Amino acid sequence: MKHIQTINKPTLQSSMKSGGCGECQASCQSACKTSCTVGNQVCERQSK
Amino acid sequence: MVAGIFFWTKGLIDIDRRIHKFRQGDAHILLDINSGAVHLVDQMIFDVMDLFDGSNDDDVRAELAERYSPAELDEALSELHELIDAQLLFAPEIDVPPTFKQSGIVKSLCLMVAQDCNLRCKYCFGDGGSYGARGLMSAEVGRAAVDFLIKKSINRRHCEIDFFGGEPLINMKTVKAVTQYVRAREIDSNKIFKLTLTTNGMLLNDGAIDWLNDNNISVVLSLDGRKEIHDAMRPDSTGRGSYDRARANFKRLVDSRGGSNYYLRGTYTRRNLDFTNDVLSLHDAGFDVLSVEPVVLKDSPLGFTSEDLPRIRDEYDRLTEAYLERRRAGRGFFFFHFNVDLSNGPCVAKRLSGCGAGHEYFAVDVNGDLYPCHQFVGREGYRLGSVFGGVDDPRGLQDYFRRSHVLNKPKCRECWARFYCSGGCHANADLFNGDIRQPYEVGCEIQKKRLECAIYVQAVVGRVD
Ligand code: SF4
Repeated sequence: MKHIQTINKPTLQSSMKSGGCGECQASCQSACKTSCTVGNQVCERQSK
Repeated sequence: MVAGIFFWTKGLIDIDRRIHKFRQGDAHILLDINSGAVHLVDQMIFDVMDLFDGSNDDDVRAELAERYSPAELDEALSELHELIDAQLLFAPEIDVPPTFKQSGIVKSLCLMVAQDCNLRCKYCFGDGGSYGARGLMSAEVGRAAVDFLIKKSINRRHCEIDFFGGEPLINMKTVKAVTQYVRAREIDSNKIFKLTLTTNGMLLNDGAIDWLNDNNISVVLSLDGRKEIHDAMRPDSTGRGSYDRARANFKRLVDSRGGSNYYLRGTYTRRNLDFTNDVLSLHDAGFDVLSVEPVVLKDSPLGFTSEDLPRIRDEYDRLTEAYLERRRAGRGFFFFHFNVDLSNGPCVAKRLSGCGAGHEYFAVDVNGDLYPCHQFVGREGYRLGSVFGGVDDPRGLQDYFRRSHVLNKPKCRECWARFYCSGGCHANADLFNGDIRQPYEVGCEIQKKRLECAIYVQAVVGRVD
């Protein structure tokens, strides 16, 4: 494409179908713990 | 059609719930909220996306006829339709509550091993580390917490414990006893524990450092940046600054573990709105895994109000440029909040489910009492039982926390950042608005700016590397 460059291959929609396995960490967002917003997390299944 | 008297009305879809577009650095960025696709676009597409809803091509052509030629607009619209067909633009709304294969499991505990501290940080939310009740956790309480977690994590393999305070190293005895117990119970329970300790560094002598390394404990180290900023914010009980001691101890610790398994984290306040200098100062001090975050304080001269937001946003722009500049110069560092994986982030269930406080994550105070998280310790009405007797929750608070996910928070439902933020900090929402479902607004604005910077960083890095 000339005017648009897509920079990622997102998985949001496809992950909706499978549900969560729940093995990932809790994501505390408190600043004093380095707020671990989910955006900063990785998927436990994929990281294996 | 006479230019200037055209009125564009939105089509069937609510565009604001589908896309978010912004400028950052030299880039025009278009985020398709519900697919997570990130597009770098040119000025023309950026303008078209003020109007385009997927079905109003003619309206777009008419409205932008003075700025772009028909051929250019045809090209733009055809590329946008290609994205729609690939479900990378206007992807359907995700409106299902988070579903996990299992619910009702506890994943992690924060152990307040010492509700006491050897520093007197000016922004401490824990009342000088005491949380209203100074004391140390006994090994017995600590071991009961481990048993509670093993039982409540059911068949989940991974468990996490964070040694927190106050300053946990004041109570090294219990930290050691709990760790020893964890390692023994890991075997009989077939669990894998991740242990973390958050420290101000004052008591990090060689013995403590060796022990932390030998026992594979991750560490979160508190250093605020420039010496003058750190010393003003983090004095000891005699009023003396703690920077030199903390920095020297942290450096020994980090070097001794080959630069891995740590985070150096700082807090910025209204006093250092030029916090880019603090991030760079941490890097210059010899650390390269960094996080610096806004303080959250109500009615304090150190805390932020909405009036500070323009300045804070500008500062994130500066930080972004400084971060990229060092990266381009071959001496980059890791900045926690810029590290967003746009392709392999967590599943939707995780993204919607929130932080886990109060149902999959609890804090345990020195007496073994359970609270939704460390920030709630001592807050009236939030005790949720004890590690000895289990959850005791007649008011159904645990379930209320579980159901306080993004889709049940009116502001978050509408927010473009909902899949990255997951609904903010409950403790902050409670502090500012008395309701865990009503997020703390200044925090939201900072979060959104930080995310724009992070998405830009990922886009730029992807483009260059
Ligand atoms: S930024 Fe605020 S409104 Fe948006 S998802 Fe996060 S907590 Fe909710």
